[in-house]
Amino acid sequence: MNRQLNRLALVAIVLLAALVVATTYWQTWASAGLQDRQDNAIQRVVQFTVARGLITGPGGSEIFATNVKRKRGGQTLFFRRYPQHKLAAQTVGYSTQSRSQAGLERSMNDYLTGSNTNLSDAFRSILDRLGTATVHGSNLRLTIRPGVQRLAESLLGTRCGAVVAMNPHSGAVYVMASTPTYDLNLIDQPNGYAKVLKIRGECSGASALYNRATQGLYTPGSTFKVVTAAAALDTGAFTPTSGFDDPGYCTEYGKEVSNAGNPDQGGREVFGHLNFSQALQHSVNSVFCNIGKQIGAGTILSYMKRFGFYKTPPLETPGNERFASGLYSGSHLFDPKDPATQVDPGRLAFGQERLLVTPLQMAMVASTIGNGGVVPRPYVVQKIVAHDGSTIRNTRPGTLGRAIKPQTASELTQMMVLVTEGGTGNAAAIPGIHVAGKTGTAETSVRNVYTAWFIAFAPAENPKVAVAVVLEKQLNGFGGAVAAPIAKQVMQALLNR
Amino acid sequence: MPYADPYVLPIAALLTAIGMTEIYRLGPKDAFRQATWVVVGVAVFAVAIFGLRRDYRVLENYKYLFGLGAIVLLFMPLLPGIGLSVNGARLWVHVGALRFQPGELGKIALIVFLAAYLREKREVLAAGRLKDWGPLLVIWGAAMMVLLVTDDLGSGLLFYGIFLGMLYVATARTTFIAVGIGLFLAGSAAVYQGTPHVRERVTNWLSPWTEHRIFCPLTGQPALRQDCQSYQEVQSLYSIAHGSMGGTGLGQGTFQTASGHRIIPELNTDFIYSALAQELGLIGASALILLYMVFVLRGFRVSLFAGDGFSKLLAAGLTFGFALQTFIIVGGVLRVIPLTGITLPLVSYGGSSIVANFLVLAGLMLVSNRANRELAGVR
Repeated sequence: MNRQLNRLALVAIVLLAALVVATTYWQTWASAGLQDRQDNAIQRVVQFTVARGLITGPGGSEIFATNVKRKRGGQTLFFRRYPQHKLAAQTVGYSTQSRSQAGLERSMNDYLTGSNTNLSDAFRSILDRLGTATVHGSNLRLTIRPGVQRLAESLLGTRCGAVVAMNPHSGAVYVMASTPTYDLNLIDQPNGYAKVLKIRGECSGASALYNRATQGLYTPGSTFKVVTAAAALDTGAFTPTSGFDDPGYCTEYGKEVSNAGNPDQGGREVFGHLNFSQALQHSVNSVFCNIGKQIGAGTILSYMKRFGFYKTPPLETPGNERFASGLYSGSHLFDPKDPATQVDPGRLAFGQERLLVTPLQMAMVASTIGNGGVVPRPYVVQKIVAHDGSTIRNTRPGTLGRAIKPQTASELTQMMVLVTEGGTGNAAAIPGIHVAGKTGTAETSVRNVYTAWFIAFAPAENPKVAVAVVLEKQLNGFGGAVAAPIAKQVMQALLNR
Repeated sequence: MPYADPYVLPIAALLTAIGMTEIYRLGPKDAFRQATWVVVGVAVFAVAIFGLRRDYRVLENYKYLFGLGAIVLLFMPLLPGIGLSVNGARLWVHVGALRFQPGELGKIALIVFLAAYLREKREVLAAGRLKDWGPLLVIWGAAMMVLLVTDDLGSGLLFYGIFLGMLYVATARTTFIAVGIGLFLAGSAAVYQGTPHVRERVTNWLSPWTEHRIFCPLTGQPALRQDCQSYQEVQSLYSIAHGSMGGTGLGQGTFQTASGHRIIPELNTDFIYSALAQELGLIGASALILLYMVFVLRGFRVSLFAGDGFSKLLAAGLTFGFALQTFIIVGGVLRVIPLTGITLPLVSYGGSSIVANFLVLAGLMLVSNRANRELAGVR
């Protein structure tokens, strides 16, 4: 019987050994995959055992996101709270119990949970986990100025639109406002998400969750003339004093393309003889149409790319919450192989065609002119500070390369100053300093309803701030009348004037 | 018991202590009840040791009584009035506030019967005389039927495994085992076709996760399977995965949602291994399995050194049953086999299980004491 006993014992031991093998499989090989699964109820709770880092303004005292401590079943759990409610909601984003995340809460999750820092911090966090100490994530200090952000959001009010303000040299983003906005604390409440989805501004079918500053794609209209002018001057084809004759229209493909209407004249404006500076000052479409035909769509497209179009602008927010600007065909970015035949150069020159741009991209355009022709790399996270106060990352200003010569930039600055001093952008003039700006009033599919734009930087000689403002679906709303005043107040606030 | 195996009692005590600790950590109230049952278990253990200290082999004389007792115990949950169904399995009886799983004791009774009967008939059984198979098949068939009727496949598998294991030891006929396994597979296929409860367990085992919403019989609404039928199995795997290499540390594991609900309802019974694996990690969980291995090896050693057939079969049956039960529940939790609800010996919460396993321990100690005394030449 002993031989059978030995065999039976072997069977029993093999069965038990299989358990060790299976346990090893689940706890090593399969562990990471299981922990990433959405329906993992343990990870849903475990995320709350980590004290997520704070998200604050530049000073560290204005708090966008913090934690509330609660004792549950012997564990200390940390729940997210957003003391500023609606302020910069789309940029800050949310982190919920069901583990859906958005904005910086999503893209900076590894820093906020302290899970992906350098080796010594990773080691410290393992020690924290082994002991009973709470794991603390790192804090984010944003470049967003809460006071000005609040002003920008209140100026937009119930209208749908966005404001981006940034330092034209460093690329630090001071304001990134998108309306309608929503209370971040609402998301995790019962039916909160559905409530947020129901928020409507003065535009239909729009979601408050959407960050219009980086995700909103709008026809740039005349603000795009800055890019066209930059190309025209930088290639040497034109100078600010180049003369034009404006018959009130431009002929393209045998058809007349008219200047914008003038409400006082009840029809299109006719300027007669004028120079390049005056054409920008008064935003004369026929002049830019002819410039576009002369320099060609290919030249304009290559300058667009130098300004950062056709690439998703770099920023710390999640990649899918930022869109690239450029020509769009359907819902896809359209980079023509043969621009001469595929693109209408005249309409492209004054910002119509199939152009769609984000407010962030237009703020980058204004910044580039103010920065002597170099495109600054935008950023919104100034500093990442560990729980013990040590700095993990300090953002250094960078550039995305030179778009135009310094000479072109300074000529264009002078031309843009004229826009706010006797041109279409008078409403953005700030007493005591020169403001360089450009208005835009893009046609929409609905008659008399426009997308109103204003881009600017100030002071013109030594820019401290660049701004882009967009307002959706403005009935008879021209950029100079509705967007320029918002830009002015935001710039004033940032310049303390 | 001066000659008893020196390992089995300390290991059993250690396993009980590990179980008590984890049960206490999961719910102090349950731990108090479990402690009471441990006291009862120790008392039963002491009575068994004391009562059978001269010669436990008297049990052989009552083999048919044990066989009958096993069937009665197995049938008890089906009796109206005292039977009770928990989670789709009719395994319980209740008398007043006292709840008990008689099947656990039935298992011991069956092992005693099989040991005695196989010892007596093993030669003739090996020769293949049909009439000697009669009582055996009757007892076994009845036991299997009861298990199918009670919808508890875990115990069915356990009893059948014990039966085959003991039969092999007694007769050394591998053909019996092959036929037995074949019969089992055929029976399983039939049960799979006939019992929705079993079909669900197998489906949950093969594909616990679905990509698309399917009909959820619990709510009547469409849902992902991991949010419906396979919820406990899947969350238990997450619990094990969360433990990773070193575990979260005892008392540091996560077993409740942020709003304070238990993630896995049956945590301290069927799923106690996933709780331990989370808190102790791979290191601790492997150590626990190693304890079971040492216990099982000692059990077989007791059987090897036993002087007579009844003792050998008794020790082998008790030990193999112990090992198989561990494999069935932990293997179910680890998705090695479909999950069936039985207890992890000595560790899981559950009074009947504790008492039954203390009887297993008593059996091994009695057999080893006698065998070692004989080996030492003391009469």
